[in-house]
Amino acid sequence: MAEKIRIKKGLDIPVAGMPSSRVTDDTATTLFAVCPDDFPGPIWKAAVKAGDTVAAGDTLLIDKASGEICLASPVSGTVEEVHRGERRHIEFISVKGNAASSELKAGPARSAEEIRKAILSSGLWAMMRQRPYDIVPDPNVAPRDIFVTAFNSAPLAPELLDSSLAPYLEKGLQALAKLTSGKVYLGIRPGSGITSKSAEVYEFDGPHPAGNVGVQIAAVKPVNKGETVWTLDAATAARIGMLCADGILNYHTVVAVTGEGVNDPHLVKTTMGASIDTLIGGMLKTGQSLRIISGNVLTGVRVHTNGFLRYPYRQITVIEEGDHADEFMGWASLDPGKFSVKRSFPAFLRGLSKPYKFDSRIKGGHRAMILSGEYDKVFPFDIYPEYLLKAIIAGDIDRMEKLGIYEVAPEDFALPEFVDTSKIELQKIVREGLDNLRKELS
Amino acid sequence: MKGLKKKIDSVKPHFEEGGKFSKLHSVFDGFYTFLFTPNETSRSGVHIHDANDSKRTMIIVVLALLPCCLFGMWNVGLQHALATGDTNHGLFHLFFYGFWAVLPQILTAYIVGLGIEFIIAQIRGHEIQEGFLVSGLLIPMICPVSTPCWMLAVAVAFAVIFAKEVFGGTGYNFLNVALVTRAFLFFAYPSQMSGDNVFVSLGEMASIDGYSGATPLGQLASASGQVEVLGVTGSPLSFSDIFLGLYPGSWGETSTLCILIGLAILFATGMASWKITISAVVGGFFMALLANNFATPLYPVTYLSPVEQLCLGGFAFAVVFMATDPVTACRTEIGKYIYGFLIGAIAIIIRCYNTGYPEGAMLAVLLMNCFAPLIDYCVVNANINRRLKRASVKN
Repeated sequence: MAEKIRIKKGLDIPVAGMPSSRVTDDTATTLFAVCPDDFPGPIWKAAVKAGDTVAAGDTLLIDKASGEICLASPVSGTVEEVHRGERRHIEFISVKGNAASSELKAGPARSAEEIRKAILSSGLWAMMRQRPYDIVPDPNVAPRDIFVTAFNSAPLAPELLDSSLAPYLEKGLQALAKLTSGKVYLGIRPGSGITSKSAEVYEFDGPHPAGNVGVQIAAVKPVNKGETVWTLDAATAARIGMLCADGILNYHTVVAVTGEGVNDPHLVKTTMGASIDTLIGGMLKTGQSLRIISGNVLTGVRVHTNGFLRYPYRQITVIEEGDHADEFMGWASLDPGKFSVKRSFPAFLRGLSKPYKFDSRIKGGHRAMILSGEYDKVFPFDIYPEYLLKAIIAGDIDRMEKLGIYEVAPEDFALPEFVDTSKIELQKIVREGLDNLRKELS
Repeated sequence: MKGLKKKIDSVKPHFEEGGKFSKLHSVFDGFYTFLFTPNETSRSGVHIHDANDSKRTMIIVVLALLPCCLFGMWNVGLQHALATGDTNHGLFHLFFYGFWAVLPQILTAYIVGLGIEFIIAQIRGHEIQEGFLVSGLLIPMICPVSTPCWMLAVAVAFAVIFAKEVFGGTGYNFLNVALVTRAFLFFAYPSQMSGDNVFVSLGEMASIDGYSGATPLGQLASASGQVEVLGVTGSPLSFSDIFLGLYPGSWGETSTLCILIGLAILFATGMASWKITISAVVGGFFMALLANNFATPLYPVTYLSPVEQLCLGGFAFAVVFMATDPVTACRTEIGKYIYGFLIGAIAIIIRCYNTGYPEGAMLAVLLMNCFAPLIDYCVVNANINRRLKRASVKN
């Protein structure tokens, strides 16, 4: 029987644009890309050049430092472009190919070393994260434990496991168990019916961020100084299972196209890194200035129609940009359509059940931290977020350590950033703090 | 509104860098963002934001202050009528007397305070911060009605510059700006800030026979033994007079009823911490009960019942509007209980046992403002120690 844990702090933001369960196939996309910025930690070096022919699973980028971590091509085809930005920084490598070709047969992996090698070379390694620092795990550091989350609680997020992946979850957990001397923990939603013999299963009930793996770690066994844990989602674990048990590399993904900005939000079956233009081009509402987000509204990446589906390759949200709203005296607004966790807007009478329309305006000015206790209400950690943030801003490494920076990732600060009256960019602060810390301590 | 927006946008370049009015940029920006919510969209992190902002927060607090403010104006008129024997007790007659009496103070506080904020925002290149919208109204409300405007101006300037801006502005100050203003006035001009003749506005008129302008706590502080508190006409004050606030005092803080309405607004909108207010009331009640139990003629205030203690003077106003200032209060949730409790207890201690200063609520809040970081430090350290205990790697 799974142990039950109730997460009390948090918030399910009722964003409009819930996808239906209808699944369509994306047959139009022929351009796919890998963006190394989605995978922080390694120093990425291009392993191919434009015009090279690659098969699905072939290395596109390799980590200069370890020489082992790879980012693989999701399809077979020809390298279209190695796109570089300022100071020759690689922004993406695109491959022209056919989505149907995104499966590859390799040999099964049985021993710990085989499993490790298979995950590293398939590019699935980069889809895991480690704490501290929220980066791609260092292959030379053995993890204390491995945490897998089997659900996503973010706004409009789809189920993590589809019917093709679900049967492989157990095999993935089995493989992962061989990579740690500690335990593999699996966090599930109550009633999801997922069981496991290879992992210790915990049920997490409560609002977002209950599905964030960081929250699950904090509730089960927090990360301490000097310890490393790996984290991943169940879809990646199932892909690892598929790779290790049957030798199949699977880069297919089902993407939930969500939000108010699309007609008929639904699920689309495609391949990782698909071009946004062909993937959702026909679904966008016209006549509005739209913001396309690869991911959810809290942690996703802003992309344009010429961009690509970004890691973790499972959701696109389209909302109105709102940059021409010109709202008259918004601070005095009595509009019941304005969402706030504070009860200073009439929306609290309406409750959370009916979805709200959001645009991307920050709806106020940047201020210093004024109200207290705002972040704590949506931050289910035994950490004082305000004090940790101040330590990060001050660059005080000793204090950051003491206040628990090893336990957090930027995504844990997404809800505090959403509710913040002072409109401070908290996730950015935490990301910079983690990067500085790593630089100082390495 | 599109037309207005267009018009403002057309003059905007003049106020930007290089424009002929660029020195007024912060002023322009302040008014612009007041009229139109900025269209700025999120650049990093979350793509959507909660609709609440700092302007909304401050405006809710101002809204919560309004019942006290309006009642205070009427009460200034009432005390004037009672003191001078004016028999016209019409609602508007009394209200407008008070309104004209306190309007110069309100204007002085806002003009001086906001003026300094505008200048400093311009120098620093910041946006105008809204904190003073609340402070500017609070300041006159906790001062005697007869405070001269020039004194107020000096005190406001001192408080805004030395209690807030030198630390970095709203959000960085550790002392409540309104209370620093009040403390400055009290210690710089003691004769004009206390005594029997400053809390009732007589205007040019003579007072009636038997008139006394002393506040109830002022009467007790100078009494010996158990005495009844009296109104301006010399008749005893009933409990309902005390609860409604029909007695002289700093004009915005006498009515417990109106403060409760304000409190209801703050609690309903979630803008004030109930932890602070409730624990301050508990602390005050507990200390008043203790004092009452050991009541002595040496300290006549100790004869007041705990409920009277909570309703009289500035106690209720201080725990609802001053102690809950989020910037200067404790920021940890456990700290808030300790902070509130000590404010309540210390306010009553000062009031009861320091006859030189009849009201201690404001000083208690200022004192605890100074101790709030220490309380937070202890609470956060407990968290740090928990984390260190858990870790295997110590250093």
